Amino acid sequence: MVEEEGFRRYVAHIILWIGIAIVAFPVYIAIIASTQDNALIANGQMSLLPGGHFFEVYYQTIFVGTSGSTREPVGNMMLNSLVMALAIAIGKIAISIISAYAIVYFRFPFRMPIFWIIFITLMLPVEVRIYPTYKIVADLHMLDSYAGLSLPLIASATATLLFRQFFMTVPDELLEASRIDGAGPVRFFWDTLLPLSRTNMAALFVILFILGWNQYLWPLLITTRDDMQTIQVGIRKMITTTDALTEWPIVMATAVLAMLPPVFVVVVMQKLFVRGLVETEK
Amino acid sequence: MANVTLRNVRKTYLGGFEAIKGVNVDVADGQFCVLVGPSGCGKSTLLRMVAGLETVTGGEIDIGGRVVNQVEPADRDIAMVFQNYALYPHMSVYNNMAYGLRNRGMAEAEIKTRVEEAARVLELTSMLERKPRQLSGGQRQRVAMGRAIVRQPKVFLFDEPLSNLDAKLRIAMRVEIRKLQRRLNTTSIYVTHDQLEAMTLADVLVVMNGGQVEQVGNPLAIYEKPATTFVASFIGAPPMNLMSIRQDEITSQLGDGRASEAGILGIRPEDFVITDQTPVGGIALPLTVEAIERVGAETFIYGARAHDEQRIAANPGELPPGEVIVRIPGTEAPAIGEKIRVAAVQAKLHLFSSDGRTRIEI
Repeated sequence: MVEEEGFRRYVAHIILWIGIAIVAFPVYIAIIASTQDNALIANGQMSLLPGGHFFEVYYQTIFVGTSGSTREPVGNMMLNSLVMALAIAIGKIAISIISAYAIVYFRFPFRMPIFWIIFITLMLPVEVRIYPTYKIVADLHMLDSYAGLSLPLIASATATLLFRQFFMTVPDELLEASRIDGAGPVRFFWDTLLPLSRTNMAALFVILFILGWNQYLWPLLITTRDDMQTIQVGIRKMITTTDALTEWPIVMATAVLAMLPPVFVVVVMQKLFVRGLVETEK
Repeated sequence: MANVTLRNVRKTYLGGFEAIKGVNVDVADGQFCVLVGPSGCGKSTLLRMVAGLETVTGGEIDIGGRVVNQVEPADRDIAMVFQNYALYPHMSVYNNMAYGLRNRGMAEAEIKTRVEEAARVLELTSMLERKPRQLSGGQRQRVAMGRAIVRQPKVFLFDEPLSNLDAKLRIAMRVEIRKLQRRLNTTSIYVTHDQLEAMTLADVLVVMNGGQVEQVGNPLAIYEKPATTFVASFIGAPPMNLMSIRQDEITSQLGDGRASEAGILGIRPEDFVITDQTPVGGIALPLTVEAIERVGAETFIYGARAHDEQRIAANPGELPPGEVIVRIPGTEAPAIGEKIRVAAVQAKLHLFSSDGRTRIEI
């Protein structure tokens, strides 16, 4: 840390505080709005101090939902989102660490072409291949299911590449020592490679969980039943109402709730996450 | 306990590059064999072939009477110490040593006994719970040794195990390794590019160059009678002085017979004495001192021979120009620029054919 003296230090701190305020104020507004009465917000008379409807609003949000006709409790939406995000994060890590292991440590026919095919899929995100993917998922009768929500998003070139790069930095002698120590391919993977990849997996988990949690387009397309809605899609639906006032306190409460799991994951995994990004010792 | 026999072992890579061109080596039970040679000579490849980490494309590798060409490394009953130690970074010292035993399904109690015994021998007892990153280089090296010892294998393989240590520690560990090997009496093959390590450790020294064995034998025998100019210049520090010689000179000095076939004369720096005499049958050289290196117990003199010097001296047996290194005990040395005369007796002369591939006995 650079220690600045007197005036310059205050200037630096003021700039930082302004930055924090810019980032934090909308979040603060969301939290405040979620405790207010909807009529006040609709009149534009919302106070900047917490209102008295905290428990009432959050109870309704989590267990009941909006008063519209297609209402769905946000608790259920969160469960859907959580299942999807976890399935995507864990599935991606599992698939890509295994495929990276195959590509780095085994010599098999068409190894490089296979690697390049995986690599090329980087250029084909969900949005680009959305029609064929939708067709496949529909043909497999996976619409409105957790499998349909998560499976198409699991295959991951990025994570495979990341693990490949990491495996290539693991000294060959470790593999050789394992071979001499009588560890076969599965043992080496399980006993040596996996523990060494721990911090990488943690960092990847944080990124992928948030990525999965924030999915919007794909869940919007393949879920038609309200009880399969994810929270990101749900918020959007709450805002557009045809013949009634938008229930802003509930929308804001939903936004606050949608923020919690990613924040929780980041806070819990922060240490591992940073280590995974900077650690060099092997 | 086992012999290791390499019969016409070859290694040709897919591209056609021949790394090992037919090597025959026989290491008797309990012997310490050192493979030495410059980098790229194939010594590490050969060791890794014995370990089973490289395939063998020709010939046979025989450990304890069993041809192991197709046997997995784990089933060859060998243990290997790697240059970078290759310790499992996430395992404690104890687990590093125990891992190979657990994979073999050994009982935990037996593992504990063996690991603790190895730790005691290697003075690692207080560090068993630490992770490799908490250890110094020398300690990591000892853990790597421990991992090999607990296996109680037929053969130890060492791949330049000391080259990552500092000079002082390297000497200490060198002695440790030798003592340990004597005590365990396990056949060992050790790869190094350091000729001093090679000389001090080996029962059998194998000097390699370009994928071939140049000479096999007792280290002192190799030092005293190098078979080729390559061995002559590789074994011994500073290296042997090699000079091309003219037939008329050498025969006049050394008599006829086989000496007439010689094209290269070698004299070790330590075999010179500064003297005005020319020993009978020996050789004398006039030199101009160009540089002096004093290392305490001994002094190296770098001298140049020149045409006019030679004419002035006009002694029989004088050699064409070039640089000569002379090693003398103590710190007394001539000044730079001074002209001196050095001589070596006949018994200390090494003669080689002109291509350097054959040694000629006088």
